[in-house]
Amino acid sequence: MQFMLLFSRQGKLRLQKWYVPLSDKEKKKITRELVQTVLARKPKMCSFLEWRDLKIVYKRYASLYFCCAIEDQDNELITLEIIHRYVELLDKYFGSVCELDIIFNFEKAYFILDEFLLGGEAQETSKKNVLKAIEQADLLQEVSNTGLHPESFVNPSCV
Amino acid sequence: MALKIVKGSIDRMFDKNLQDLVRGIRNHKEDEAKYISTCIDEIKQELKQDNIAVKANAVCKLTYLQMLGYDVSWAAFNIVEVMSSSKFTYKRIGYLAASQCFHESTDVIMLTTNQIRKDLSSPNQYDTGVALTGLSCFVTPDLARDLANDIMTLVSHGDCVKRKRCSVLIMYKVFLKYPESLRPAFPRLKEKLEDPDPGVQSAAVNVICELARRNPKNYLSLAPLFFKLMTSSTNNWVLIKIIKLFGALTPLEPRLGKKLIEPLTNLIHSTSAMSLLYECVNTVIAGQYCSSVGSVVLCVQKLRILIEDSDQNLKYLGLLAMSKILKTHPKSVQSHKDLILQCLDDKDESIRLRALDLLYGMVSKKNLMEIVKKLMLHVDKAEGTTYRDELLTKIIDICSQSNYQYITNFEWSVSQPVTPHPPGISVSWWTIRVFAVAQMATLLDNAHLLTGSMQRNGICEVLYAAAWICGEFSEHLENPLQTLEAMLRPKVATLPGHIQAVYVQNAAKLFATVLKSQEGNTDSTTAQETSQLMIDRLPLFVQSANLEVQERASCILQLVKYIQKLQQKDVEVAEEVIALFAGELNPVAPKAQKKVPVPEGLDLDAWINEPPSESESEDEQPKAIFAKEEPKHSRPRHTEVDEKELARRREARKQEQANNPFYIKASPSSQKVYQDAPGVEHIPVVQIDLSVPLKVPGLPMSDQYVKLEEERRQKERAEKKKKEKKKRKEKRSGRGKKHDSGPESEEDITPAHMVDIVTEEMPEVRCVSLQIQFSTSRIFNELSPSSFWVFNEKKSSKHKKKKQKKEKEEKEKKKKKKKHHHHHHHSDGGGEESVQNGTVEEEEPLPVSVYDIQGNLQDGSQVVVSVIFENKCDSFLKSMEFNVLDSLNSKLQRPEGSGPHDGLTVPFQLPPGVSNEARFVFTVQSIVMPQKLKGTLTFIVKDSSTHEKLDFKLHFTCTSYLITTPCYSDAFAKLLESGDLKGSSVRLEGVNMPFHHLLARICFHHHFSVVERIDSCASMYSRSIQGHHVCLLVKTSGQTVSIDAKCDEPTLLGNVLDEIKQTFSQC
Repeated sequence: MQFMLLFSRQGKLRLQKWYVPLSDKEKKKITRELVQTVLARKPKMCSFLEWRDLKIVYKRYASLYFCCAIEDQDNELITLEIIHRYVELLDKYFGSVCELDIIFNFEKAYFILDEFLLGGEAQETSKKNVLKAIEQADLLQEVSNTGLHPESFVNPSCV
Repeated sequence: MALKIVKGSIDRMFDKNLQDLVRGIRNHKEDEAKYISTCIDEIKQELKQDNIAVKANAVCKLTYLQMLGYDVSWAAFNIVEVMSSSKFTYKRIGYLAASQCFHESTDVIMLTTNQIRKDLSSPNQYDTGVALTGLSCFVTPDLARDLANDIMTLVSHGDCVKRKRCSVLIMYKVFLKYPESLRPAFPRLKEKLEDPDPGVQSAAVNVICELARRNPKNYLSLAPLFFKLMTSSTNNWVLIKIIKLFGALTPLEPRLGKKLIEPLTNLIHSTSAMSLLYECVNTVIAGQYCSSVGSVVLCVQKLRILIEDSDQNLKYLGLLAMSKILKTHPKSVQSHKDLILQCLDDKDESIRLRALDLLYGMVSKKNLMEIVKKLMLHVDKAEGTTYRDELLTKIIDICSQSNYQYITNFEWSVSQPVTPHPPGISVSWWTIRVFAVAQMATLLDNAHLLTGSMQRNGICEVLYAAAWICGEFSEHLENPLQTLEAMLRPKVATLPGHIQAVYVQNAAKLFATVLKSQEGNTDSTTAQETSQLMIDRLPLFVQSANLEVQERASCILQLVKYIQKLQQKDVEVAEEVIALFAGELNPVAPKAQKKVPVPEGLDLDAWINEPPSESESEDEQPKAIFAKEEPKHSRPRHTEVDEKELARRREARKQEQANNPFYIKASPSSQKVYQDAPGVEHIPVVQIDLSVPLKVPGLPMSDQYVKLEEERRQKERAEKKKKEKKKRKEKRSGRGKKHDSGPESEEDITPAHMVDIVTEEMPEVRCVSLQIQFSTSRIFNELSPSSFWVFNEKKSSKHKKKKQKKEKEEKEKKKKKKKHHHHHHHSDGGGEESVQNGTVEEEEPLPVSVYDIQGNLQDGSQVVVSVIFENKCDSFLKSMEFNVLDSLNSKLQRPEGSGPHDGLTVPFQLPPGVSNEARFVFTVQSIVMPQKLKGTLTFIVKDSSTHEKLDFKLHFTCTSYLITTPCYSDAFAKLLESGDLKGSSVRLEGVNMPFHHLLARICFHHHFSVVERIDSCASMYSRSIQGHHVCLLVKTSGQTVSIDAKCDEPTLLGNVLDEIKQTFSQC
């Protein structure tokens, strides 16, 4: 997989993950072009389109479009499956996920994606394991956060 | 210090966090840019603080802004700072920001090397995790080189499964950036293929699969391992990757294909996962598995299910894969035409476009009209301009692909409103010109209907062609003035420039025609009015923005003005104006280049004339089969001469064929087959290559060709004379000069191939030979080559004794000839493959020659006889007419309007020593009886202007209608059990040949195939072109052969058996 984009029906980018190194300018250009192309498609159309020398696999969930670019020999159906898995993961993590969840917790959305895909390849196909890993990492974050607060606020003796 | 921390924390409480930023942006929809620029200023302030938490927060916000499209590259160093925080919370944010913002040209990346190394070896697996994730996004060649070892350590010693898995996956990125690391790392990677943890294993499969796709050669050795994985794994993710990997490997190792086909077929049958099914199908299609037709059929079946599915995605992919199959196995896809046509009704445009693509490839001569008709319906219904444009373009493409080879009915095609008819058609197909011109004139007249709505579409392109056709062939127009008027309408100026240019140019041509017709009349005012019309209308085009239109228009305008001046002085100008556009355009065939003469000294056909292969095929092969016949052609001296002569003649013929536009050439592929087939006689075989458009009678010959032809002829004559003299000296010195051409031609005859016919009618000593090639096949289907025969007409009225002698010789020759018929020319095309002997008899003294007929499985009623006429005399032959006396059963097809006894004109003349081929179509009703048709060939010898006649007989034997069809023993057994077949038997006495020779002989001469052979007993099968089954049981004991036969048509069987008997009685 070359990259994954999430964008709203209005064409606002909500998440982007690039597995190929590109300059910001190129990324912007590709994003703009693809968002336009995908949004122009009618709802009853199939999820695949050929774009430049890549294949685009996209799927709309509520108001969000999930859009992946894969190479010519890659399997469209398995990419669709990856998108679906990711949506399921988000759904489990946020509890019936909506666009706002992703906007306000966009770094979390990235962490989940990174836990699921690495370098564009599925690294962990079990949903349970992905969520477990995220929870543990979050826990670690809580610990280190709370580790900061007692020092600065709760323990006046330090002042 | 502590105070500072507290202060920082308090500050932080007033800082915006990410949520505040997002909320703020949402609340400032009106002046988002302004709001963000203040935010960025705040972030810059925050980054200047020492507090890592503040910095992390700022970096987090920057990451968000980066996604919105703002440049954050200035903060790269701060991101590195956050990455190197010891706290996971911040580290995580730092790495995220880095993976989003960094790219190869980010210079601070080199600062991260040590930090990443530290994180990779951190005891905390989450630190390692984020480092690997980040690295996967921004790895550079430098990072890859520096960190390759650390990653390798993780791969082999990683304590935790997750770490191992990630590091295996990241190796792929490292290899890409730093290929040198691949070699030392590969053994460990290979180990991981058998890792107990499925996650690690799947990661390793992933990496190797991706690597192998780039360079499959190096991974062939892993095939057995992957094969094991493939048959044991149940994980679809892994299976898909493995199958993809095999897809990359198979082209390098064809044996793999055979091995894989079974597990792949099993998977296709068993899997419920569409993604896996699709992958398997794709691999089967793309790989070398296609040798097995069964697997392709299976794929097509499965794809049909996909296409029939209500899920648009599956439909789309099904069509996509179908179009891949189409390239290799068009036939299996073509049978699903109905389904593809249905897809044109789909709601989804992309599916319709896929279906269109497929249809483009599926078009054949037979279904073109049907498909285009269906597409035209869709054009009317189509909504959305892009789709309609695409539809029209496809219709045009479909019609015009391969230079209109599929269009059999040009009148139909011309009457289609949207098909543009590039001038090419009208030029090549002069017969339809008149029709085309009329159509195009109407089109131009109604152009205003088209232009408005179809400006955007490709349709106006048709006007381009229409204008050209009307101008160029204006003499066929019914009302040229009206068309001229139509072409000069102001509306035309709205058309694209290149079309306008053609309009202007052709208006001038039309103008010339109109002038001519009007000057014929006495009233000169009409002609002047026409000029005035031109002068009034042309300025519109002179103003055109398009340079070409402008240039042409102003040029023509000035010309017309001048013409008008002349007209006012009552000068007749029409002839001169016409002269501007004089000369007819002649069609140039797409393969015209091939007809350009080959420079002297360059022998493109050298291989054809290699004597060794010649003698091989003549001497060795037959020896094996018919040892008895061998002595009969042991005339060493003669043979040598004959071979040389043969080679020379063949070359001459070859060149003649190459230069002759009427001659339809053999395709190289089938020639190869012909070469490779063991023992195939080197007879120039005619193949009809239908990719070459069928010839049009009256096609003008190019001057160049005629000239070349003359030169060649002169040369040949000179050569002949030389030879002749020499030979005369050698052995025929006794003969009078008047007989010179006789002996000379005799030398020309190669006994191995030709048989002389002695007749007495002709007064002069002259030699004319005909090569006749018979092949029956369906019209418009590819004809297969078959052997040919030659008979030679010989005049020697004064020497009766000599005649007797010659008869003897002929008999010998005939036998030799027969030997050659044991070789068999196969076409590489599908259906037709059979050769059978028929005989041609001269009316007069004795049966003369043998020839071959080919049958076609698909059509039992039409037969094409290809005749090669070869002129062996010194005179030019012309006005050849070929006529056959029809029987009730077999009729020569004549053009409409001619009577049942009219001969068919052979569409060429024959210079001396030249051969050419003509084809005649016969309709055969019943194939159960052999047929003999009497025929006559009449021709005029140019020098003496005498009318000559040559009688012959065509013998269509029953075996000529049989086609070698393979049959499996179980199917054969079923056939015999069915009881539908009637039996008959025959005994052959005194057959003195090995059993396998006997079988080979039956196979060859009578188009049977051996089903099963046990000792001295064999079952054989064949099928007639009308589908009759013929089964034989051949047994031999000593010199007696008994053949028990069964067939559903007893008459046919009887005749076939008689013919078999005849074959063996002759040997």
